[in-house]
Amino acid sequence: MEKVLMKGNEAIGEAAVQAGCRFFFGYPITPQTELPEYMARRLPEVGGCFLQAESEIGAINMVYGAASCGERVMTSSSGPGISLKQEGISYLAGAELPCVIVNIMRGGPGLGNIGAAQADYLQAVKGGGHGDYRLLVLAPASVQELYDLTITAFDLADTYRNPVMILGDGILGQMMEPVVFRPAAEIKKPAGEKEWAVTGRKGGRPARLISSLHIVPENLEKHVNKLMEKYRRIEEKEKRWEEYHTADAEVLLVAYGTSARIAKGAVDRLRREGLAVGLFRPITLWPFPAAELAAVAENCRQVLVVEMSAGQMVEDVRLALGGKLPVHFYGRTGGMLPDLNYLVQLVRELIKGGGGGE
Amino acid sequence: MSKGFRRPKLYTGKPMHYCPGCTHGIIHRLIAEVIEELGVEEKTIGVGSVGCSVFIYEYLDLDFIQAAHGRASAVATGVKRARPDTLVFTYQGDGDLAAIGTAEIVHCAVRGEKITVFFINNAIYGMTGGQMAPTTIAGQKTTTTPFGRDVTTAGYPIRMTEMLATQEGTAYAARVSVHDPRHVLAAKKAVRRAFLTQQQGLGFSIVEFLSACPTNWGMPPRDALKWLAENMIPTFPLGEIKKPEGVE
Ligand SMILES: Cc1ncc(C[n+]2csc(CCOP(=O)(O)OP(=O)(O)O)c2C)c(N)n1
Ligand code: SF4
Repeated sequence: MEKVLMKGNEAIGEAAVQAGCRFFFGYPITPQTELPEYMARRLPEVGGCFLQAESEIGAINMVYGAASCGERVMTSSSGPGISLKQEGISYLAGAELPCVIVNIMRGGPGLGNIGAAQADYLQAVKGGGHGDYRLLVLAPASVQELYDLTITAFDLADTYRNPVMILGDGILGQMMEPVVFRPAAEIKKPAGEKEWAVTGRKGGRPARLISSLHIVPENLEKHVNKLMEKYRRIEEKEKRWEEYHTADAEVLLVAYGTSARIAKGAVDRLRREGLAVGLFRPITLWPFPAAELAAVAENCRQVLVVEMSAGQMVEDVRLALGGKLPVHFYGRTGGMLPDLNYLVQLVRELIKGGGGGE
Repeated sequence: MSKGFRRPKLYTGKPMHYCPGCTHGIIHRLIAEVIEELGVEEKTIGVGSVGCSVFIYEYLDLDFIQAAHGRASAVATGVKRARPDTLVFTYQGDGDLAAIGTAEIVHCAVRGEKITVFFINNAIYGMTGGQMAPTTIAGQKTTTTPFGRDVTTAGYPIRMTEMLATQEGTAYAARVSVHDPRHVLAAKKAVRRAFLTQQQGLGFSIVEFLSACPTNWGMPPRDALKWLAENMIPTFPLGEIKKPEGVE
């Protein structure tokens, strides 16, 4: 297959178009702006619609409208803009509307900076908006994976009638890597009109309603229970992760996205030194592959979580491992990256029993 | 029954929950009648908002989307872009459209979105129990302006329709009232023109209705209609502010 050299943000856009997404509503913010710019060029070529909204609030509500019509639709942003979208995301989840939301994370809190970060993990996987709901959260670690997981995201959104978030970071969004496109025939697209979509009461059929309002408490509880049942099915079926040199690992690194690339580099270096180090890389952050991580960690002595945050995913790792083995943490924030040499040294010391890292 | 008075076919028959003397019901009827007369019920999509009219989808037999507070015009934008062949309308209160949803409605007009907005101005927040709205008139008492709206601290009533009419994307803009039969008939004409404007693809259309909220104004229904005529109309003059050629 032919390889195309692409920027991460553009690979997301191209994958969306290939997956049949014809509507994109966005607002500029670094480091994701290449994605709306790509869609502004690309969507008119395929008869789609790109619209630069007045704000991220506007954009997410336009997504709500187009998704209500049954269309494949996407929006993207970064930290501050994703915070503005949270109201709409809660409504989308409540109304069970499929869509894909991309967060190319930057440094926070507040205006923070435009450097790459992973500090929106908790916002993405634990809610972010109000009410009991979940997003499926996918964490790519290469430009190829940005492409592949974007296509997967549209499938998951339609399968479960749920918003899906792609959680990348400024480095993934900006870097260039070769991508192999999938043959069009291998990309699933919804056939025909979705049976719940509003279209106008065509042919005099009964009216349809898209809503997250259930005024009677019994009914809202029933609705929430139905969502929970859906989330349980997702947890059963949709966990994705990668294991790298885990079989005999004494120290297990756990990291996702750009941190996982650095962690992989550390594993390679330490393996060359003959040290038994492996990497567990969650690809779905929700559902989090907790049991799978616990199984891999069974024969390890220590775990080290590496993040570009002050420690967010580490909470899920600790929950997954239930205190059975020590979980250390190494994080950098503010747009700083985990340092490969430091990380390698940290693992050497852990193995020597020198502790540290906490 | 007098001639011509019948329930619109588009009514679902569910009893409306509005207070006695509330004019939301009259406005629902006008919209239903015009959609029926234009024969567009199978291509119309309504976008409801948050406020007393949140259950409009229970009463009108149309495809509906319930939007977040203030966001109806952005939702309608997404719908119209996805389904350009449909007729899309929003139904929004003054808190919804003129306070929390100001950015969305302004930019919807700026883009000339081919949708129709029904803007219900009752000078108060109905659903949450009578707080000041951006359209509350000077001196009007509400639960959050207990001494009357003091414009020096709480600002002036906002005239949204005039403001939106200044935008090139706005093709039709009118303010109407429903406090007596003569005005109801004029209001219906405006609803029709707004829909025709959309159908002809001319741009954004808005009809602002002056509407009574006897409950939160603290008056019997008859007094409320009188209060509307005497107090609201001077602040919010009636009439067609912008009308495209060829729309009758
Ligand atoms: C984000 C958000 N803020 C506040 C509310 C509470 N709220 C519900 S309706 C409403 C105002 C309704 O007033 P209006 O739009 O004038 O409609 P009316 O009830 O008068 O018809 C408010 C503030 C909400 N639902 N969502
Ligand atoms: S509170 Fe006011 S606006 Fe709401 S239903 Fe009652 S009269 Fe109508």
